[in-house]
Amino acid sequence: MNYILSITLWLPVAAAVILLFFPKTAASAIKGFGLLASLATFVASLGILNGFHEGVAGLQLTESLAWIPQWGIRYALGVDGISLWLILLTTLLTPVVFLSSWNTIHKHPKEYVIAFLIMEAAMIGVFVASDLLLFYVFFELTLLPMYLVIGVWGGANRIYAAIKFFLFTIAGSLLMLLGIIYLAFAHFHDTGVLTFTITELYGTTLAPHAQVLLFFAFALAFAIKVPLFPLHTWLPDAHVEAPTGGSIILAGVMLKMGTYGFLRFVLPFFPDATAKYAGLLIALAVIGIVYGALVAWVQPDMKKLVAYSSVSHLGFCVLGIFALNQTSIEGSILQMVNHGLSTGALFLCVGVIYERRHTRLLADYGGLAKTMPVFATFFIIAMLSSVGLPGLNGFIGEFLILAGSFQTWPRATIVAATGVILAAIYLLWLIQRVFFGPITKEENKNVREIAWNEVVALVPLVVLMVWIGVRPNVFLRKMTPSVQQLLQIVHKTDAGKAMIAGVGRRVSGVGDQNRPHEAMLRPPTPDPRLPLSGGVR
Amino acid sequence: MLNTLWLIPILPFAGFLLNGLFGKRLGKGFVTAVALLASLGAAVAGTIAVVQYHAAYPTGGLHLNLVYNWIASGSIGADISFQLDPLSVVMLMVVTWVGFLIHLYSVGYMAHEDGYGRYFAYLNLFLAEMLVLILGSSYLLMFVGWEGVGLCSYLLIGFYYQTDYAPAAGKKAFIVNRIGDFGFLVAMFLMFAYFGSVDFAKVSSIAAAGGVEHWLLTAICLLLFLGAVGKSAQIPLYVWLPDAMAGPTPVSALIHAATMVTAGVYMVVRSNALFRLAPGAMMVVALIGALTALFAATIGIRQWDIKKVLAYSTVSQLGFMFIGVGVGAFTAGIFHLITHAFFKACLFLGSGSVIHAMSGEQDMRKMGGLKSKIPITYWTFAIATYAIAGFPPFAGFFSKDEILASALNNPYFPKPFSWLIWSLGTVAAFCTAYYMYRLVYLTFFGNFRGTHEQEHHLHESPASMTIPLIILAALSAVGGALLGWPHHHFLAAWLKPIFPEIGGAPEAQYEISPNIEYALMLVSSAIAVIGWWIARTRFRDRGLEADDQFARNMPAVARGMENKWYVDEAYGATIVRPLEGLSQFLWRGIDALIDGTLAIVGYIVAAIGDLLRFFQTGNVRNYALMFFLGVIVFIWVLA
Repeated sequence: MNYILSITLWLPVAAAVILLFFPKTAASAIKGFGLLASLATFVASLGILNGFHEGVAGLQLTESLAWIPQWGIRYALGVDGISLWLILLTTLLTPVVFLSSWNTIHKHPKEYVIAFLIMEAAMIGVFVASDLLLFYVFFELTLLPMYLVIGVWGGANRIYAAIKFFLFTIAGSLLMLLGIIYLAFAHFHDTGVLTFTITELYGTTLAPHAQVLLFFAFALAFAIKVPLFPLHTWLPDAHVEAPTGGSIILAGVMLKMGTYGFLRFVLPFFPDATAKYAGLLIALAVIGIVYGALVAWVQPDMKKLVAYSSVSHLGFCVLGIFALNQTSIEGSILQMVNHGLSTGALFLCVGVIYERRHTRLLADYGGLAKTMPVFATFFIIAMLSSVGLPGLNGFIGEFLILAGSFQTWPRATIVAATGVILAAIYLLWLIQRVFFGPITKEENKNVREIAWNEVVALVPLVVLMVWIGVRPNVFLRKMTPSVQQLLQIVHKTDAGKAMIAGVGRRVSGVGDQNRPHEAMLRPPTPDPRLPLSGGVR
Repeated sequence: MLNTLWLIPILPFAGFLLNGLFGKRLGKGFVTAVALLASLGAAVAGTIAVVQYHAAYPTGGLHLNLVYNWIASGSIGADISFQLDPLSVVMLMVVTWVGFLIHLYSVGYMAHEDGYGRYFAYLNLFLAEMLVLILGSSYLLMFVGWEGVGLCSYLLIGFYYQTDYAPAAGKKAFIVNRIGDFGFLVAMFLMFAYFGSVDFAKVSSIAAAGGVEHWLLTAICLLLFLGAVGKSAQIPLYVWLPDAMAGPTPVSALIHAATMVTAGVYMVVRSNALFRLAPGAMMVVALIGALTALFAATIGIRQWDIKKVLAYSTVSQLGFMFIGVGVGAFTAGIFHLITHAFFKACLFLGSGSVIHAMSGEQDMRKMGGLKSKIPITYWTFAIATYAIAGFPPFAGFFSKDEILASALNNPYFPKPFSWLIWSLGTVAAFCTAYYMYRLVYLTFFGNFRGTHEQEHHLHESPASMTIPLIILAALSAVGGALLGWPHHHFLAAWLKPIFPEIGGAPEAQYEISPNIEYALMLVSSAIAVIGWWIARTRFRDRGLEADDQFARNMPAVARGMENKWYVDEAYGATIVRPLEGLSQFLWRGIDALIDGTLAIVGYIVAAIGDLLRFFQTGNVRNYALMFFLGVIVFIWVLA
């Protein structure tokens, strides 16, 4: 049995425990140890990547121990194509956080590092747990350190933001807890076995009305997390008050716990309700895309601007998920990673200048390209990734989501695609306001150029932006079987069949070249024209 | 070379990386060497590839060079794959060689500017992206180059980033282009959904085989054309191009005249199999082209910034190209694209030389009498002006005449529509001759109207700038006759293989009786001569007087032309500001409303909580009772 998942999961916790014995005053040693621990965790997560078998659809590298046997709760872990890259994103962003905040955290450094290590473990736990209650524990556990990070190291209005963040997310997840228990009891009712193991709960037959209720209980929890319009109002406040590291993790990883939850639980547990209510979720996602982008455009505060841009970008992810086809879901998973990289980098960059100028207001900047040319380059690359420039990662994700969704939801997709225009509007505005134009403020004339630790934190993000943009297949092909399996569950339902038939009707524009309609929702047969060079799919 | 086509864009890309990363530290000599070698390397490699291509495909087939499979997900797939066919060959030669000449010119022009390394890094990146655009073998790869050149355009327009206007102009260019790109994207979604591919060859063959529903073809064509309208600055998205003149002048020559802005024309010709099957879409293309050609020309008549005149002239000439491709004369469109690359690059570089001589002055009201001071610039400029005005036998005459003749005799449209397009084009051609000679007379003739200091500094530009001018002027003089002599049309023969046979659609061939052909040539020539003559009588000896008189006689028209018919203002009032107002409303109104509603829900929950506190007695037996009741309810619900 391979314990690599447990090792990755518990390494940060072990490090946090060891840190308890560090003297409070040894700030450098604490930060150094934290960085080292997070790097070790990253290396461990590379072990997951190494042990991952590409052609396998189900959970891999599984571990399972009885935890609370009388209730059927197990310590069960596993990874598949849906969670793999999100785990790596988590282990990558944590050292990035430590590096970027090397010189900025003076208050309680020990608690800061411990909070982020616990948070890392909890987030990894969310992505590897294959027992519903274990998942729930981790899902809730991420809240606490983030609540503290915002509440202790945050800005002026941090208490309000922290409580708002906490109440919003917990309100959703409590309903989900009821749903989880109901689901387990329904399974118990059917089979006489009490279990919370995800794979065993798949295929539990639920009465239609129960399925709908549970669908909404779960969907609400995840929709708040994503956040989906109109449940997004906690996000800008949380981001504005959170310290840079908190924003990076919040946007980079925590929001994806929502989209991941949709894929891991909502789709396979409630396929009928999913197919039936996909339109509602897509409508909210598309509204969020446009709404988030428009509101981002008029923000005077650049952190709020980036926060609202997340509402828009995550809308793309939800659209891709509920469009329910292979391309759109793969694009959606990739876009979760992309958003973690690009928005993580954007928040990091905003933190860099905030640290130097102690203002987030766009009006206080202008002309910084003169004083900080290297920094400007990084910021612009992050912006281009976020705006979806071909050649970088963001384009691949958005394109796959939109091109895939277009096959099932053409009209909604066209509206969503206007987000591509709007993204350019607010992001170029941000760049112009901060970096270009004459320097009008005295304080902007001598701003310190980006420091080594910030460069080291940004470089891996930029490398990945290019890598995903140029070689997306490396990332996509690991997702394919898992997504295929997931879709089979949804497409087997009556509502799913009706959906596919709907696609068939739409695809009547072509005469002889007409491909079988269902093929649109399946991966294609390889094109014989294409030699498959160099092991690349 | 044929199986390493990817080397052609990689060379300038390497130049971009080298100059971008190390240019600042290693100095100007290094930057110049890298930039010139990179662009020359691309031109030489491209030429070798073309020679080998011609040897391997004497009848002009399609050569594909697959590099790797780029994206494969579900039913969506695309390769990084480059292609050579007669059309790519033409574009490749124009882009690399004109590109190299402009790199060379830039060495002199940018010699004293800050950000020398940054400039050449961007310029090399542009070349790389442009090569991806024209060599890519699918719409998706074309789109990569398409947005990539847009990025370079954004960066280079905003090159003087410490000003207010340049970055704003760059941003405007990018955003307006994105509106077009939206159309391009949706067109690709349609292709993936209905054709299962975005490869040029596959899409063309599916369309040409017939059976594709008409609405689908029309939709794809119009959406693609929306992309072209953005990139090639046509009505209603042309507004970014005049502002783009904020960039350094060689950039205006390369990106905003000779190469990038013609990408839309290339795209329509590349998609000719689709467009020929969608005559409705072609009518839209031709009409937009004709309207743009005339509209932009009227604005060009009354601009004083020398580069603004040329910018509107570019918009107008691009309109001519779209008339060509819109009436199905795809070859004529490409022909004009080539001759325009020669003469407009020459004109822009010439204006750069003028601005260089005038110590940065761009206002023609401060110029005059420069003919004797900068003779090489003058003569090359004059030749290019003959070409754009359409004097026979200069290059522009042949291409423009072919476009207008095809517009009148095209087999697709009803006669009145053909006449309309032809008339609009002919009037635009007249305006072209007029505003170009106005520019020449105001700049090079009469008395000098600038300051003494400017007059003192007047000087001819260095050889690195004049050599490209001379080469481009030579091409503007003879390029048209060489490439497209009527009935011995080299270009038409060369491009023939790119038009697949389509059942049911008219051939892109035009049979014109010789009499009409000569009559039309005569009309074209006469138009050019009349335009020139009127400009000459008004501006040659009297300087600005004629313009003042015009403003006195027709103040409203003059003000309208001067202010570009207030289009920017209209867009601001009808689109930008309402959208901003909406955004503010969403933020301050809706977001606050959501927060407020949730707060009320919160209070209600809190109130219920207060009510429930009644049950929290601390008495364990009561809790046990509640628990028991709860379990009963739960089981009842389950059962």
